[in-house]
Amino acid sequence: MLENMPILSLLIILPLLGALVLMAMARFSRNSTGEARAQLDKNATGVALLISVGVFILSLLMVFQFDSTTADFQFVERVEWLGGGIEYHLGVDGISVLFVLLTAFLTPLCILASGKSIEKNMLDYMVTFLIMEAIMIGVFCALDLILFYLFFEAVLIPMFILIGVWGGKERVYASYKFFLYTLLGSVLMLAAVLWIYFYGQSELGVATTDIVRLQTLDIPAKAQTWLWLAFFASFAVKMPMWPVHTWLPDAHVQAPTAGSVILAGILLKMGGYGFLRFSLPMFPDASVKFTPLIFALSVIAIIYTSLVAYRQKDIKKLIAYSSVAHMGFVTMGIFAVNAQGIQGGIFQMLSHGLISGALFFCVGVIYDRMHTREIAFYGGLVKRMPIYAFFLMLFTMANVGLPGTSGFVGEILTMVGVYKVNPWVAAGAALGMILSAVYALYLYRAVIFGEPTNEKLADIEDMNRTEIMVLAPLAIFVIILGVYPSLITDVTAVSVDNLIANFNAAIGQGS
Amino acid sequence: MENLNLHLVWPEILLAISASLLLGFGVSKTQNRAPLVRIIAIGILVVFALLSYIMGSPDGEAFKGALVVDSFGRYTKFFIGIAAALGLLLAGNYLEREKLDHYEFSVLTLYAVLGMSIMVSANNLLSLYIGVEMQSLALYVMAAFNRDSLRASEAGLKYFVLGALSSGLLLYGISLIYGFTGTLDFNNIAASVQADGLSIGLIGGLVFLLCGLAFKISAAPFHMWTPDVYEGAPTPVTGFFAAAPKFAAIALIARLVTGPFGDISAQWQQVIIALSVMSMLIGAIGALQQTNIKRLMAYSSIANMGYALVPLAAGTEAGVRGMLIFMTIYLITVVGIFACILQMRIRDGMVERISDLSGLAKNNRGMALAMTVFMLSLMGIPPLLGFFGKLFAFLPAVQADLIWLVVLALIASVIGAFYYLRIIKTMWFDEGDTEFVIPVRSLSWTSAISALLLVGIVLVPFIAKSGQNWIALASSGLF
Repeated sequence: MLENMPILSLLIILPLLGALVLMAMARFSRNSTGEARAQLDKNATGVALLISVGVFILSLLMVFQFDSTTADFQFVERVEWLGGGIEYHLGVDGISVLFVLLTAFLTPLCILASGKSIEKNMLDYMVTFLIMEAIMIGVFCALDLILFYLFFEAVLIPMFILIGVWGGKERVYASYKFFLYTLLGSVLMLAAVLWIYFYGQSELGVATTDIVRLQTLDIPAKAQTWLWLAFFASFAVKMPMWPVHTWLPDAHVQAPTAGSVILAGILLKMGGYGFLRFSLPMFPDASVKFTPLIFALSVIAIIYTSLVAYRQKDIKKLIAYSSVAHMGFVTMGIFAVNAQGIQGGIFQMLSHGLISGALFFCVGVIYDRMHTREIAFYGGLVKRMPIYAFFLMLFTMANVGLPGTSGFVGEILTMVGVYKVNPWVAAGAALGMILSAVYALYLYRAVIFGEPTNEKLADIEDMNRTEIMVLAPLAIFVIILGVYPSLITDVTAVSVDNLIANFNAAIGQGS
Repeated sequence: MENLNLHLVWPEILLAISASLLLGFGVSKTQNRAPLVRIIAIGILVVFALLSYIMGSPDGEAFKGALVVDSFGRYTKFFIGIAAALGLLLAGNYLEREKLDHYEFSVLTLYAVLGMSIMVSANNLLSLYIGVEMQSLALYVMAAFNRDSLRASEAGLKYFVLGALSSGLLLYGISLIYGFTGTLDFNNIAASVQADGLSIGLIGGLVFLLCGLAFKISAAPFHMWTPDVYEGAPTPVTGFFAAAPKFAAIALIARLVTGPFGDISAQWQQVIIALSVMSMLIGAIGALQQTNIKRLMAYSSIANMGYALVPLAAGTEAGVRGMLIFMTIYLITVVGIFACILQMRIRDGMVERISDLSGLAKNNRGMALAMTVFMLSLMGIPPLLGFFGKLFAFLPAVQADLIWLVVLALIASVIGAFYYLRIIKTMWFDEGDTEFVIPVRSLSWTSAISALLLVGIVLVPFIAKSGQNWIALASSGLF
């Protein structure tokens, strides 16, 4: 049954339909107040949850159907769209399929977690969220450059609204910074896309924006340099890499909990995905040329932002900086261009999606109760919130990269990959791992252990059932992936090998 | 008679006769007949749009070559007619409320459209000048239509004085070209350029001509009048200014540079590029500090004219197509935005300050959504139509090796994003309590439809494709 279904389009359209249903609900009950309004908000959450669970089940079905023995794109859909070779072209391979799953997995958890913490306009919030889910899935499925760009940039709109409307005190500043930073990055990519379009037309003889065909282009080295830089501007901001990471802590701190989760869990991954999908296959020569730059920026990110994280007073900011550091492992691994490095990069992205998402949920739990994220405010929570202490411990350890958790696999793989290419970079990254233990354990000690000095914490309640329902699946996956990483690496292996083989062929070393 | 080919210009003749008849009708009646005249005028404009689209074929030249009718002219006339009809429709409510409802308004609109129609089908420097002047004179009066308002009178006067200056430039350019080629006819100029090559006088004339026209599309550095006139003129007039005349003037530029001067593209390309760069940057940076929404729209239109000139600078058929796609989408957006602005009334008058928009999301959800769509579309954020406008506008420029110009345009649009974002921010993020009066139905429908067009049209493959074919046909008319 599934073979004939446009499953990827369904994954994109279903959340959009859900958003439309919610908008219609809002339209028909716009004058309701009080009780009816509360009921409406509750229904909205229910509908959104239903839709997003449906999307998750659908994406699970897709992953089960996915054939991981081939590097070809699967579930391909192709319809003529704008003419001139610009098509509506979707498909997934081993690299992208798990990101779709991750998106579909995190969204229902976010919706579940938002029930309490969002105080106004719940219905609009759910609409924004569903639209965002559709766009994010679109990014990972698009096989047409223009279509990819459309999704890649469109995601700014719901995120801007999310931060701006439901964010904290400095939300306007943070939302502007987020929007303009990422927009500036992506317009440079657009210019490069247009150039590639015409270059492809003159080389291939037909105008096309098909990513698969454009990857076969042999672009002259000089042009590659410029194109690589243009794409880099976009992906590095999204990633974010040092020194263009400064929008991230602001956005994270101001965004509502679920917004932070999506930001750290999915949006940041678009940058890494972009490097894998575009920079490496399309501009191999330039990638080789700029590898030292990437390594340098990655190591700086890992060490510097770890140190910065240690000095933070705000829990969310600390986790935000640690995200930048962990993304440093990803870029480092990807540009090592060997099986371990790239596998590790993908693994690290997926695992970080789970871990950082979980950590932001954890922050949300205490923020909803105390309305502050200051580290100094908390202390001794283990006595009042043992379940919470357990979960936070698990995710903190995963964040540090303790063996047995998924965080370890990602970091060790990328480091092994880089070690083969450049041991010094691996040494720098190893130093970063130690530093990550420093800030993460510092945070855990300050919040969970010690004497509960703050009187306001006297009657703080432990996690309720909903919160456990949100965190438990994440915890389970973090551990499963930690002890059985082949779940991911088996799916990605063939596509990654194919990517590396093409890359090596292109730079003339043979495979 | 055989060379007049009157049957080709029936739409224009219809406009001229009916405008004069309506004028007579209005004068002869003592009581206020403005609403009736307006409805008739809207009908005439719609008929004009449809007629000029259907009746124009087959192609040909009328009045011994003074006017040309081709697919390009048909396309532009259709949109000018529709935009003007919508402008009148939206103006009605405002004029009645502000006690400005005189029948002359409708008549002036008709004359302005007649002028624009002559502009876009001009095939001769004289008919070009007549068209431009006819349009401008009507617009001068419309800008100062609120005679008792100091701001409106100032706007009208400023527009007139600067407009007269630009007409002077235009005429000087025409006389130079005439002097050096010995002809006014576009085809003969093209032949003369081909035969005799370049001369310094011809280039001078061309530059003057383009400067005069740059004034009409408010391209920098000839943009000075725009913010003041946009702010001072009555809002429906501003909305009208922002849509149809811009479309007509840039269509005229396209015809001029690809027709008589098509062989010396290297010469005018530099002028177009310079105008484009300055407009984009001045439009983007100038708008940053504006607090009045009409002034903001003025700078936004300056910037958008800069974007529209980018594909034109390529000088190719694809370039004209890109320009038409961009301008059509811009037209839809502007009509929608002004329908929104006209709807936004608070107890003591029109909303003009951006800060008054705070709380719109709470009080009028639909309009806030529509405004958000317009702003995001003007920013060029996908999946809204404005993105595709920019995409198709910049493609031909990249093809013509103007990638640096495209990069500049993209950076300017990021700067521009800041002030469009500010409107979205004011509507959604700020907690305001501005009480808005329930809007008129025709206005809210117009804004809703144009917002839906911007959201939905590209998602359906065949619409996008057939729309492009339509525009491709139009731009092929020039080549």
